[in-house]
Amino acid sequence: MAAQDSEIQRIEEIAQGIRRRVLAHTLSNNGGYMSQACSSAELLATLYSSLVNLEPTRGALVPGGFEGVPRVGGARASTGAVFHGDQAPHLDRLICSPAHYALVIYAALIETGRLEEDGLEKFNRDGSTVEMIGAEHSPGFETTTGSLAQAISQAGGIALARRIKGDTGRTWVFMSDGEFQEGQTWEALNAIAHWRLNSVRVIVDVNGAQCDGPMESVMNIEPLAERVQAFGWDVRKIDGHDIPALLDAGKASSARPIMILAYTDPARGLPLLQERYPALHYLRFTGDDERQKYQAVFEGMNA
Amino acid sequence: MSYDIVTRPHQDAFVEWSKDKPEVLVLSADLTNSCEVGKWRDTYPERFFSMGMAEQNMLGFAGGLAREGFEPWLHTFCVFLYRRPLDQLQMSVAYPALPVRLVGFLPGIMTPGGVTHQAIEDIAVLRAVPNMTIFEIGDATEAETIFDVAHNVKGPVYIRALRGEVTRLFPTEEPFVFNQARVLSEGTDITLITSGIMTEEALRAVPLLLEKGVGIKHLHVSTIKPFTDARVVEALGSARSGVITMENHTIIGGLGSAVAELMAERGSGVPLIRVGIPDTYAHGASQKYLMRELGLDAMALVASVEKLLGKSLEIDVADLETSRVVSVHSSAKVEAL
Repeated sequence: MAAQDSEIQRIEEIAQGIRRRVLAHTLSNNGGYMSQACSSAELLATLYSSLVNLEPTRGALVPGGFEGVPRVGGARASTGAVFHGDQAPHLDRLICSPAHYALVIYAALIETGRLEEDGLEKFNRDGSTVEMIGAEHSPGFETTTGSLAQAISQAGGIALARRIKGDTGRTWVFMSDGEFQEGQTWEALNAIAHWRLNSVRVIVDVNGAQCDGPMESVMNIEPLAERVQAFGWDVRKIDGHDIPALLDAGKASSARPIMILAYTDPARGLPLLQERYPALHYLRFTGDDERQKYQAVFEGMNA
Repeated sequence: MSYDIVTRPHQDAFVEWSKDKPEVLVLSADLTNSCEVGKWRDTYPERFFSMGMAEQNMLGFAGGLAREGFEPWLHTFCVFLYRRPLDQLQMSVAYPALPVRLVGFLPGIMTPGGVTHQAIEDIAVLRAVPNMTIFEIGDATEAETIFDVAHNVKGPVYIRALRGEVTRLFPTEEPFVFNQARVLSEGTDITLITSGIMTEEALRAVPLLLEKGVGIKHLHVSTIKPFTDARVVEALGSARSGVITMENHTIIGGLGSAVAELMAERGSGVPLIRVGIPDTYAHGASQKYLMRELGLDAMALVASVEKLLGKSLEIDVADLETSRVVSVHSSAKVEAL
């Protein structure tokens, strides 16, 4: 079924809003995970607005202060999950794996009306749950996955539990391509395929960039589609900025677990970032000149 | 004194215990029969999940299952539960304080499998992990009665389990009790605290030491974390000449260290001797050979008592109760490991 123009337009607006918010935050804080916003904006916008069947929240929620780590016998329910609405057997779940995308996740939650407008003002503030590297108390996070590649295994366990219980909802995992350097990812791919956990749906921001530089120079993971396919997955390789393609891939059904490899451009919507290539992982301005250039771009975005 | 030997105490007791507990699942990493859950798999196939040799992923799956209301009981050798997947154990299970049960076999030097299979520092590592509860099985009765105790802990549990031919030291009507030491003898010269298989080893020498007039308060400890048992605290305060700990584990960070911490915090003024693996890796050899080589046997206890008392007790190894030797090729185990 072809996507409606209005649906696509709405997703475009959310994606643009994510970039604008993350850039505004980066400008005011002299630092931020900007390239991740540029690469994953359409992807997260499509997930939150169309693909993942989440219950709406009762309005834009205000993130609470940090109330303490989980303790045995104490409250241990993930408080970040409330930003994904009430859970139910027929509803989907969305697990964010690369927790350093937190700023982008928060921006997506604001754009989709789940987190209060001023939520980013609490980002990385002492005593706040809107942490720099999200954990399970942070808005939009159900698990603690700052140590990469652990989400997909936990999602496998969640999907297995939900199958035993007879739930019909799917379990989505948002991943980054760097996580395919971790051995655990491949263990999980194997296990999810082996146990035919077909309700698992993984979408990967394949932006080809990692902390040390281009992935192909740090540690190549390609050909990723063929490798994942060989593990028994139904792989959909698409342009991660192509919203109709994201919708098609995300709405497809399969007798195997689906992995959407969304190839993206880490400077999409902000070509100025290309000047910093290959150091894209984190944007900290080299001086006032550079900041001015980004400020000018930001003002153009609002126009 | 002779004790009954029980064959595979974990196997049948666990099948029986979990029959009316649909939330209890077993995850296994290719050591199913070696960990005495082959029968469990055949009895409850719909609740058994083979995860293959992929322990990092298994810990993550366990966390996900526990978040959704299940109680996964992971079965593999100790080393593959905490050493290889420690980050996953911490971030996917321990941090969220999930009710995952880690049933580890082959603690310490119980296997001729050598350094790769010998969990000599598991307690040291896991005592330092917040939210963990740690139990160590000392005999067949404890192996048969650990289940409710672990089940009632709301967070993650690590069990140093025993398999194969296991001695019954404690009466079946005296089950495993959470955070409560067993008092095996009374005396005020020396307090002796033992855990796991070292309790049976200590019992080779304790009767003779008592006969020689040495007052020994002997406690068997099976809850290693928390370490707050009033019986232990009281016993540490009553020893006139000193305290001895015996553990199938490195002397750094395990039972001996836990006792040292309590003694220091309470200003105990007597010496402590920690009998255990003396900060070294071991190698592939029989349990009896390694216990002698590493100084974890009953004669090491005698020497420690003599040191604390400052005199010889004229005890020869031939005077001790015979040690029980389980054949490496015992039919109670599926392989010689």
